[in-house]
Amino acid sequence: MKYMLLIHQGDAPTPRSPDDWARLSEDEQQAVYSAYREVTEAPGVTPGQQLDEPETATTVRVQDGKTLTTDGPFVATKEALGGFLFFEADDLDSAIELASRVPAARLGGAVEVRPIVEY
Amino acid sequence: MLEQVFRDEWGRVLASLIGFLGDFDLAEEAAQEAFALAAERWPRDGMPTNPRAWLVTTARNRAIDRLRRDRVLAAKTRLLDVPQTVEDVLEETTIPDERLELVFTCCHPALALDAQVALTLRTLGGLSTEEIARAFLVPEATMKKRLVRAKHKIKAAGIPFRVPPPHLLPDRLAATLAVVYLIFNEGYGGRGDLAAEAIRLGRALAELMPDEPEVHGLLALMLLNDARREARFADGVVVLLRDQDRSLWDAQQIGAGRAALDGALAFHGRGPYVLQATIAALHMDDPPDWRRLAALYGELARETGSSVVELNQAAAIAEAGEVEAALALVERLELDRYHYLHATRAELLRRLDRVEDARSAYRQALELVGSDAERRFLERRLAELRD
Repeated sequence: MKYMLLIHQGDAPTPRSPDDWARLSEDEQQAVYSAYREVTEAPGVTPGQQLDEPETATTVRVQDGKTLTTDGPFVATKEALGGFLFFEADDLDSAIELASRVPAARLGGAVEVRPIVEY
Repeated sequence: MLEQVFRDEWGRVLASLIGFLGDFDLAEEAAQEAFALAAERWPRDGMPTNPRAWLVTTARNRAIDRLRRDRVLAAKTRLLDVPQTVEDVLEETTIPDERLELVFTCCHPALALDAQVALTLRTLGGLSTEEIARAFLVPEATMKKRLVRAKHKIKAAGIPFRVPPPHLLPDRLAATLAVVYLIFNEGYGGRGDLAAEAIRLGRALAELMPDEPEVHGLLALMLLNDARREARFADGVVVLLRDQDRSLWDAQQIGAGRAALDGALAFHGRGPYVLQATIAALHMDDPPDWRRLAALYGELARETGSSVVELNQAAAIAEAGEVEAALALVERLELDRYHYLHATRAELLRRLDRVEDARSAYRQALELVGSDAERRFLERRLAELRD
């Protein structure tokens, strides 16, 4: 099975907002970094990319052949995608286990596990 | 008679087929065909020596035939090499019992709770979609959609067909037991067939996981509570346990419940279901040991963090003679919107001769009460208070 793990930061503190990030102790910050490293280096994982902040997003729609752009992400900023990775595993339990090791999941965000359709 | 065999065998046969085919829908269709064939042939030709083996073999062969006809489907299932159909009926010993794998798949937390319930009743319980829909008072089409969606998710998301490994087992077992208990409680509210179905599931789980005290605890709890079903209502009005006609209790089932509880205690079980079953058993003693009950409710409250359990604890403390202590406990509970809290408080205040306070507590309870039977009960208590 192939899965995509969509990482939503939600309320999780990240280095992008220094004030929030400073709420974590140095040890906790290091733990977040090493957890992300461990997750991306786990067997079966193909690291994705880290996305820039949702505020930098541009949302594109086409209506009547006309391209319309709006500033910001498609979903609410807080729910916007923060990053992703791919994971090849035997079953959903393995994917859930990996997802639970993503720091965002315990710091106020969430990880969505989506199976990838294979033909 | 044939119907009974079908009910008993459905879960076993289906589980074995899912394990073999790796596909819920294919397995279910094949099982249905085999059962239909049996319904046609057995009354005419007599029942085979080993009905289960006959059903599994027939269903497997049907499924394999189907796969041969549909290679595209075959490519999508575990059966990349379609095996040959077998001439002889499989030996019963070669058919593994995979009902546990099935129940853990159906009660996987990645499925919505209502889907877990429906799927468990459909696959393990062998209830038809129509029966499940009727039991939960939803249109059949809704229930059908729910089941289709759940089966699709199992396949698409890769929910494994297996007994969870030890580090996942405690959580998953709790989830599974919660599904069975939910089915039971739906039945306890009046639909007796669901209660019986939950007990059947509980028995199967106890047989499959003989070393898990909570499984026996749940079975004991269901048996003990269900044993009093005939005595719980009189003329459509709820009868309190202490006022129930004990001759209406099912003594044999109480015996079975106590035996299941002993089984749990033998494994030093002390989880929420074992505690609840112990409490249910103690309540049936005449008179109940209220001090022990208060202690057990306390333990259960610590384990579950439930204020409602603490309210029960307070009632037991009061019955044990310590009304002041009971009132102190009730007054620190945050259950303001719960009419039982006010009804209990009123009763305690009455016993302490604080008539005015009792009166206002009864009025608060009456403001919140939902059922007419309980309203009448409270109104009577209020009217009985002396000036």
